[in-house]
Amino acid sequence: MFDNLTDKLTDVFDRLSGRGVLSAKDVDEAMTSVREALLDADVALPVVRDFIAVARERAVGGDVVKSIRPADQVVKIVHDGLVEMLGGDGPPVGLNLAANPPVVILMAGLQGSGKTTTSAKLALRLTRTDRKKVLMASLDTRRPAAMEQLAQLGSQIEVETLPIVAGQAAPDIAKRALSVAKLGGYDVLILDTAGRTTLDEAMMAEAAEIAKISNPTETLLVADALTGQDAVRTAKAFHERLPLTGLILTRADGDGRGGAALSMRHVTGLPIKFLGTSEKVDGLDAFDAQRVAGRILGMGDIVGLVEKAAAEMDQAKAERMARRMARGKFDFDDLANQLDQMKKLGGLSGLMGLLPGVAKLKNQMADMGVGDKMLDRQRAIINSMTKAERRKPDLLDAKRRRRIAAGAGVDVAELNRLIKQHRQMSDTFKTMSRDGGKSMARIAQMMGGGMPGMPGGMGGGGAGAAGGMPDMEQLKALTGGKMPSMEELAKLTGGSGGLPGLGSLPPGLNPFKKN
Amino acid sequence: MTEEPKKKGWFARLTQGLSRSAGQMAESVVAVVAKKPLDQAALDDLEEMLIEADLGPRTAAKIARAFGENRFGKSSSEDEVKAALAELVAAELAPRQGRFDPLGSTSRPYVVLFVGVNGSGKTTTLGKIAANLTGRGAKVMVVAGDTFRAAAVEQLKVWADRAGAAFMSRPINSDAAGLAFEACERAQAEAFDVVLIDTAGRLQNKQGLMDELLKIVRVLKKFDAEAPHETLLVLDATVGRNALAQENIFGNTAGVTGIVMTKLDGTARGGVLVPVAQASDAPIKLIGVGEGIEDLQDFDAVAFSRSLVGLEA
Repeated sequence: MFDNLTDKLTDVFDRLSGRGVLSAKDVDEAMTSVREALLDADVALPVVRDFIAVARERAVGGDVVKSIRPADQVVKIVHDGLVEMLGGDGPPVGLNLAANPPVVILMAGLQGSGKTTTSAKLALRLTRTDRKKVLMASLDTRRPAAMEQLAQLGSQIEVETLPIVAGQAAPDIAKRALSVAKLGGYDVLILDTAGRTTLDEAMMAEAAEIAKISNPTETLLVADALTGQDAVRTAKAFHERLPLTGLILTRADGDGRGGAALSMRHVTGLPIKFLGTSEKVDGLDAFDAQRVAGRILGMGDIVGLVEKAAAEMDQAKAERMARRMARGKFDFDDLANQLDQMKKLGGLSGLMGLLPGVAKLKNQMADMGVGDKMLDRQRAIINSMTKAERRKPDLLDAKRRRRIAAGAGVDVAELNRLIKQHRQMSDTFKTMSRDGGKSMARIAQMMGGGMPGMPGGMGGGGAGAAGGMPDMEQLKALTGGKMPSMEELAKLTGGSGGLPGLGSLPPGLNPFKKN
Repeated sequence: MTEEPKKKGWFARLTQGLSRSAGQMAESVVAVVAKKPLDQAALDDLEEMLIEADLGPRTAAKIARAFGENRFGKSSSEDEVKAALAELVAAELAPRQGRFDPLGSTSRPYVVLFVGVNGSGKTTTLGKIAANLTGRGAKVMVVAGDTFRAAAVEQLKVWADRAGAAFMSRPINSDAAGLAFEACERAQAEAFDVVLIDTAGRLQNKQGLMDELLKIVRVLKKFDAEAPHETLLVLDATVGRNALAQENIFGNTAGVTGIVMTKLDGTARGGVLVPVAQASDAPIKLIGVGEGIEDLQDFDAVAFSRSLVGLEA
C-alpha cells in the first residue's frame, strides 16, 4: 500500500517526454502522486492542499539539472518543503526552563494519547540530563487508577509525585501541587491532566482553568503520531483553549507514516519538541524534521540507521574487516561478525524497519520464515565449526558438514545454503578487490539501486550530486570513494552481496539488488 | 450487547455520539452536492470531504464515483443525497458486520482476549463488556493480563469492582500467559461463564511484543484448543491509515476474530471504519460512541452509515 513516492514519480515522468524544464503539466501529474502519498501518510487534507500549492509553485519552471531525473528533483522539492514545514533544519527546540522555579509544564491531550507515560519520560529526562528536581502531579480524576499509574512511574524513575488525596477536584490538586512544589524547592512541576475529547466543553473548560491556575511555562499537547485526518481538529481545538507552547508526538516507533506531525505543526505553528519512541520510560527522542520528512515520504529512516550503526559499531573490528575485505578475504569469522553486527542493530526486522520501501518485503519474509530466527540458526551453524573450518571453508567436506549440521541442530541442506551464501559474498569481495577503484562505484550503485528512496542518480559516481537529499548527504559521505567507508556500507547492506539470510528468497526479492 | 436494548435510546446514543463529528461532515457534503445539478467539481469536493472523514483516498474516490453515476447533471434534495451516501457506505460495511455474543455460545468458560496498541482503549472496553455481561446475570472473570504498564492492574480492578466481576492479577512484569492459564483453570473449576483477558498495549511492529502475545494465545490453546473463543482487536477511531496496518498484523499474529472500534464519539471521524472493514478478515463487532457503559454497542452497518451522514433512524 505504501508505494514509494519516488517510484510513483518515476513512473509519472517516464511517461513524459520533453525533459529540460519541468512543465506545469508534468508537475501537475506529479503532484497528484504527491497528494496521494501524503494522504496515505495521514497528512490532513487542508494541509496537503497548502503544501501542494507551495510545492507546485517551486517545481514549475525549475530547471532540470543535468544528470538528475525530474522525479528525483520533484522528490527533493517535496522533501525540502516537508522539512521546512516541519520546522526546518535547525537544532531541535528544547523546553523553556528559564522561568522562576518551579517551572510548570502542563501536559494535555486526548484520551490514550500517552500523557502519563510521556510525563514520566520528561521527568526522567529533566532529572537525568538537566539535573532538575522534578515533581509530578496527576490531575486525572476520571480514569481509574490514572494517579496510581503516575505514582508508580514516579517511583520507578525515582521522581517525586504529589501524594494522592482521594476525591479532590483537578483545579484543587493543581493548587496543592503548586504550593508543594514551591515549598519543596522543586525546579520543575509536571502536571499530567485527564485525557479529554476536544468536543467535551466541560473538560476543555477544566483544562483552561487548570492552565489559568498553574500559569505554565510550557503547555505541551501530547498527540498520537498515528492520528489520522482528525489531527488538525484536535490540534486546533487544544490550541484555541490552551496556551500551547509545543507538541510531543507519541508512538513514533509505530509503523505509521506520521503525517499527523506535519498537520499539527502546520495548523498550530508550534514546534514539535519530542517524539515518544518506546513504551519504556527512557523512550523520548528530540524531534528531527529531516527524519520525519523522510518517513512521511516513505524513504525510511536512513539517518536513524546510520546513527544506530555508528553507535553500535565496533570501530576497530569493522576496520579490520574492511581491510580484509579489501584484500578479497571473507571467511566464516567475518560472516559471523556481520551476523552479530546485524543482531546488535536490532536484527533483520529492526533493520528492515529503518529501510525505505521494504515493508512489503518484510511481510513476505516473515511469511516465509526468513527472519531473526534464521540469523540465530546461521550463527549456531558457524559456532559449530572448528576454528580451522571457519578460516578455511574449503575444508568442509561431506563428513564435516554432517558433523556441523548435527552440532547446530539443523539439516545439512541449511548448512549448504549458508556455505553457498558465504561463497557468493566472498566472490563479490574478491571481484571488487581486483577491479580496484571501480568497486566503490559499484557499492554506491548497489546502495542507489537498492534503496528506492534514494535518487537513482547517485549510483553513477559523479551524479552523486543528485540532490541535497539530506539522507543522501550521509550516504554520500559514506560512498565518497574512500576506502574506510567501505565497512559502513558493508554493514548497511549486510555485506553488499545481499543480506545474509536472504539467500533463500526468490530472485528479484533481494532489496539490495539493482533491478 | 445482545440483550434487546431500549431501541430508541440505543440509536439516539449512536447518533448523538457520532453526530458531533458526523454532523459537520453531513452539512458540508449537503452544501456542496444538494439542490443543484451535479458536476465534476462538486464530486471532487465530495471526494475530499470523504477523505477528511478518514475514509482513505481510494474508498473516497470509489464512493464519490458511485455517487456520481446516474446523477450527473441532476439535482437532488438534501435527504436524497444523505440517503444515497448512507447506502453507499452501508454497502461497503454490511458484509463486514459481526456479532459479539459470548453467552450465546455453549463453550464454558468462554474466553475472550483483548488486544491492541497502547492507548486504544482495551481496558475500558473490557470493563464495559464485563459490566454488560454481569448485568445480564453472567458469572464473569476479569484477568489483568497487562502486567507491563504502571497501574494497569489497578485500573482494571476498578472496572471489575464496578461490574461485580471476579478479578485475577499478578504483580507487575510477571508472565501474562501463566496468569491467563491459571485464570482459565479457576474459571472452569468455579463454573464461570466468561473470562475476559486484558493484555498490555503493543505496537504491531514490535516483533518481540507480538511474540509475547502469541505465547498467551498458545498457552490458552493448551487449556482449551478452541480458546480464545474470541480475540477482539481494539482500534482507536482517531488513528488514521495505520489502523489498516494494525488490523493486518494483529489479525495475522493473534488471529483476531472481531474488531472493536473505540472513540467514535467526540473528535473521532467514524470514516476510518470503512477502509478497516474492507481490509479486515475479521468482522466489526462493537463500536464505542461515548464514555458511558451503554455507549459500547453492537455494530450495525446500516444504522452506523445513516448516523454517519446525519440521518435519523
